[in-house]
Amino acid sequence: MIAEIGLGLLWFAAALSVMQLGLGIMILRDRESASASAFAATLRPIAVIQGVMVALSFLCLIQIFWVTDLSVKLVATNSHSLKPWLYKLAGAWGNHEGSMLLWVTVMAVSGALVAMLERRISQAMMIATLAAQAFVSIGFYAFLLLSSNPFERLVPTPPEGAGLNPLLQDPGLAFHPPTLYFGYVGLSIAFSFAVGALVTREVGPTFARAMRPWVLGAWIFLTLGITAGSYWAYYELGWGGWWFWDPVENASLMPWLAATALLHSVTVLANRGALKAWTVMLAVVAFSMSMVGTFLVRSGVLTSVHAFAVDPERGSFILVLLAIYIGGALALFGLRASTVQEGAKFQFLSREAALVANNLLLMGILAIVLMGTLYPLVTEASGTKVSIGPPYFNPASAIFFIPMVLIMAVGPMLRWRKSDKAQLTAAAAAPLLAGAVALLLVVIFGSGAGILPTLGLALAATLAVASVMPLFRSKTNRASLPIWGMVVAHLGVAVTMAGMASESAFTKETLVASAPGESHQVADWTITLLAVEPVAGRNWTALEARLSAQRGEGEAIELAPQARMFSSPPTNTSEAALLTRWDGQLYAVLGERAPDGRWQLRLWWKPFVPLIWYGGIMIGFGGLLALIGRLFQLRRTRPIRKVEQASEPTGQTVPA
Amino acid sequence: MSEAQTQEPAAKSRGWLIWLPLGLFVLLIVIAAFSLANPSDRVIPSKLVGQSLPEFDLPPAIEGSAGLKQADFADGKPKLLNVFASWCLPCIVEAPQLDQLAKSGVTIHGIAIRDRPDDVQAFLARNGNPYTRIGADDISAVQLSLGSSGVPETFVIDGEGKIVHQHIGEIRPEAVPLILEKLEEAGR
Repeated sequence: MIAEIGLGLLWFAAALSVMQLGLGIMILRDRESASASAFAATLRPIAVIQGVMVALSFLCLIQIFWVTDLSVKLVATNSHSLKPWLYKLAGAWGNHEGSMLLWVTVMAVSGALVAMLERRISQAMMIATLAAQAFVSIGFYAFLLLSSNPFERLVPTPPEGAGLNPLLQDPGLAFHPPTLYFGYVGLSIAFSFAVGALVTREVGPTFARAMRPWVLGAWIFLTLGITAGSYWAYYELGWGGWWFWDPVENASLMPWLAATALLHSVTVLANRGALKAWTVMLAVVAFSMSMVGTFLVRSGVLTSVHAFAVDPERGSFILVLLAIYIGGALALFGLRASTVQEGAKFQFLSREAALVANNLLLMGILAIVLMGTLYPLVTEASGTKVSIGPPYFNPASAIFFIPMVLIMAVGPMLRWRKSDKAQLTAAAAAPLLAGAVALLLVVIFGSGAGILPTLGLALAATLAVASVMPLFRSKTNRASLPIWGMVVAHLGVAVTMAGMASESAFTKETLVASAPGESHQVADWTITLLAVEPVAGRNWTALEARLSAQRGEGEAIELAPQARMFSSPPTNTSEAALLTRWDGQLYAVLGERAPDGRWQLRLWWKPFVPLIWYGGIMIGFGGLLALIGRLFQLRRTRPIRKVEQASEPTGQTVPA
Repeated sequence: MSEAQTQEPAAKSRGWLIWLPLGLFVLLIVIAAFSLANPSDRVIPSKLVGQSLPEFDLPPAIEGSAGLKQADFADGKPKLLNVFASWCLPCIVEAPQLDQLAKSGVTIHGIAIRDRPDDVQAFLARNGNPYTRIGADDISAVQLSLGSSGVPETFVIDGEGKIVHQHIGEIRPEAVPLILEKLEEAGR
């Protein structure tokens, strides 16, 4: 019964979104008529009810998974009565249908929030934005209801479910997809705002301010999602790496790159009234990348370790959605961008120019990643299978990344609109000195570090020093929360870079076949295999190695890496044992048993590798500080906003 | 130099540049549509295709039947090796096809993965028993050594015990002709 209620609610919400679009178009076509103004008041409530309906529908799905109702096909194919409760819940979205329902839910709830909270933009733009949001939603409702119904029943009811992909049975990963979805879907709101602004010709600072918190929020979720995903891949896949340029990883990195660019250009538009067309285009591109990523992961056109196995029919569906929405938005952009007035002017040496340069470099990296991800598709058309990995991505993205970091270091120290060389010199001196010292230290002490890692460490030092400088720039007034946010986020980038460079430069690896009692050396650690014993969990069995790790003359610490076997579906996973110290991580994996009875052990000492994820968390936290600052600022300045806006060089077009 | 006015990138030459994103996007759609229309071979084939079966000797999966070992495949006649389990839903889907193959004279050996004798018995009673021999692989050891990653999977083995073909997933009716063809090739 719950399944039918859920499906009914979903249909209801879909109908509401059709209504939302239809009414929106009607009102916008004839804004002056009496009926238009009467209907205009109903659009916000419709959006809110739509959000509530979908949320309830999603709750129905969670309930079905909670009780493991095997008469629902989705539960039977993805869950199992013996699964721990957390993964029963995660099972609700750990599959294609459920995750699409989550997607639509987040999208509709965000639309409802916009309808309830947003008070800055004009009524016309609000209507256009809600209509655009409904337009996008309709496609996803159609996708769910016509080709991916999560509430479909299964006759006859099987005695037991098939389980959840054991690789996904990890607390980190249970929350990884929703995190990314909040990011993707947050960008759909930015997209709708952009379409709304183009339709009503109101591309200006007000639009940017309305859009900014959504971009920031989406960006925070994407940042944390990618960071968590990377750490998960690192400790769960057991190969010791933290980034593989896998299509699925790239699918989340591409919208992040676009959102990062958007985040910076939207600030320029909000504060300075410049970069109008560029900001609108980035908003379209950012959401496009979310959808392209979704398409790549779901259509089955690319092979990946963790892509959903989905048939081409669904791929075609998403491709059509992609063509309609993104193609439509880009066509609208082409038609309207020429009518968007040019924004405020700025000079070559200015903070705006630095941000533009960084935006372009970010787009450069995005292009590199997109090309690398799609290239196998192109070559496959001509019959050759290729796989593109780090040898392409690392140097190609570094070409853009290195100048970007340098500009990132000095940019925040430049003045808006117009800066001079003296200022640039003052801003660059200390960071460059720090970079030079770091470079020297690595060359002297870090023997054997490659060119890129060496450069990476020097750049990280440069950026780290430069990041905190804005705090000391103005002694008269204290740094605002958004400035703190920027400082923390930029420092986070430096920290992540230092971790990446250190890991790739100084990692020590040992691969041994070991009998119990034998000791092995990796870096300054002595690892002794004590025993290998079977252990059992609730829905898995495993072989567990007990290792003793001793650093120099220090105390021996026990480690227990496992090779786990899940019964349904039968899958083997590797639970690496990690030992974190202030200066790095010891990483141990239990491999296979050799015919002579010895066990394969892979041991790594990875200096400062946790910095990669600490940095990621810092970047997200910086975004959070900025978001709080923006929301707080908004409240504080609301009464004087009119004055502030009037004094700005907005160049805003008057709504037709 | 500082006198040079820098405009926002999209505004610099408001002409064809504005349509560039749409052009690139259309290109992307074309590539994607083309790849969809020509789906690639996405299964991960076993590295053992073309090689001999690994050494194994499994106990019987149900009481009173024969177990399965590698030597059972070396009698000069091509055979099928089917990896299945009673808890596997797609295995029910392929059961009629296996039955049909068995009735047309194909020898099928099975390996039951992580299963209990009673469950296997019940499964065979419900869905038919096309197997000549069924080995029990309680820890998936043989399955993994075969390069098989899931259930069901079916291998075509030639008369010398060499793997000549791997079918991943359930055997649907449309896959039967190919399997028969591979069996015939293996017999030549």
